[in-house]
Amino acid sequence: MLDTFLEALSLLGRLDEHVLAIVWLSFKVGLSTVTLATLIGLPLGALVAVASFPGRSIATVVLNGMMGLPSVVVGVIIYLILSRSGPLGGFGLLYSPPAMILAQTVLVVPLMAALTRQIIEDAWREYANEFRSMRFSLRHTIVSLLYDCRFSLVVAVLAGMGRSLSEVGAVMIVGGNIEGFTRTMTTAIALETAKGDLPLSLALGMVLLSVVLVLNAGAYNLRQWAMRKYG
Amino acid sequence: MFPIKLSQVGFTPDGRSVLAGVDLEIDVDGITVILGPNGAGKTILLRMLAGLQAPHGGTIRWNGNGLPAAGIAMVFQHPVLLRSSVFHNAGLGLQPLALGRAETLRRTQHTLERVGLAHRAADSARLLSGGERQRLALARAWAMQPKLLLLDEPTAALDPSATESVERIIREIRSDGARIVMTTHNLGQAMRIADDIVFLASGRVIERAPASRFFARPQTNEAKLFIQGELPWRIAFDD
Repeated sequence: MLDTFLEALSLLGRLDEHVLAIVWLSFKVGLSTVTLATLIGLPLGALVAVASFPGRSIATVVLNGMMGLPSVVVGVIIYLILSRSGPLGGFGLLYSPPAMILAQTVLVVPLMAALTRQIIEDAWREYANEFRSMRFSLRHTIVSLLYDCRFSLVVAVLAGMGRSLSEVGAVMIVGGNIEGFTRTMTTAIALETAKGDLPLSLALGMVLLSVVLVLNAGAYNLRQWAMRKYG
Repeated sequence: MFPIKLSQVGFTPDGRSVLAGVDLEIDVDGITVILGPNGAGKTILLRMLAGLQAPHGGTIRWNGNGLPAAGIAMVFQHPVLLRSSVFHNAGLGLQPLALGRAETLRRTQHTLERVGLAHRAADSARLLSGGERQRLALARAWAMQPKLLLLDEPTAALDPSATESVERIIREIRSDGARIVMTTHNLGQAMRIADDIVFLASGRVIERAPASRFFARPQTNEAKLFIQGELPWRIAFDD
């Protein structure tokens, strides 16, 4: 076990090209997913939090329920949509990074929207009278609340990033785990462990854990700074 | 917008009467102070004038029409400020007005100067003192150039010095042409600032009079007792 650990450290220490390529692709897919999911999930969550419409309670329950969407199910559905006979088959996206981004976005948007809804709803209780007295439109209300809660919403974005980086089922199905093209840290860990290449799995696992720790430390420091600056 | 007419306005949440049969007319000029003990229904009446609360009975008409789309601003007892700069908060009420960037900046800067907070424009609004927060809330409302400014106990939590600053700003806003309706249970403040008084108790308008007459010769027993600092409502409760 110690040998495996040392070999993993060695892989990281000598900046193994194979490892770097996998890490780089994981970041590209993860960041693209989080960017898309932020643009969709945050306004969607805020809309459900402040808008009055029939079925709002149902929308909230559905949104919360979709946080636990099984990734393999999403993978299969996106696979069917992108496969040659599917409605988007003509784009030839299956087994490509864009397919992985699409699948992960479907998984991450509900998570970010549900967390955003909770954060914005709490803020809305505080601001409703002020904003209504200023005749804020729905758009102004959502923009202002998202702005005001920006430091709290970092948690939602981080949760999305965490889910995206740690997700394996959907990207395996729609990406195909093709070496040098669609192999991410999680799919590589699953494959290499099965093959018995434990040092590579462990090295990628260490990168994954480090990323999660760095992101959380960054978010913590950001919140502390925001508390000092804005109260 | 004026006159604003309230006819037989009632408010009965959960069957409990908070306002009952309120008839009131608010004309175009001056500062009206809605005076009364806690629980008299002052705040709910103000919220109705702002269009934040619909009455459960009776009608409110703004110059014979429904609630105007613009021209009303309200400052709350505990104003909520965004986690951003003083300047951003002061200009917040201008966003829905779509005035353009230059006019928005000009008005915001101007009102901050008038409330004495221009030097703190870049500071975080949530780190201001209570008096400064209330002045910022007034600046936010003033920048909107409202025809009707509603103030809900704007100095309830302030010390005498901060209260004096807020009262000076209220007079300046009035001089700028805004009609002001404010609530308070502070008799001294009502004497200093009011042109006319609406005395409210137990959800009913007990007396309406010019401020000088109200304090010199109150027409009702309830108003006399209130001015003398008696607590008839408490006595009734104890009995």
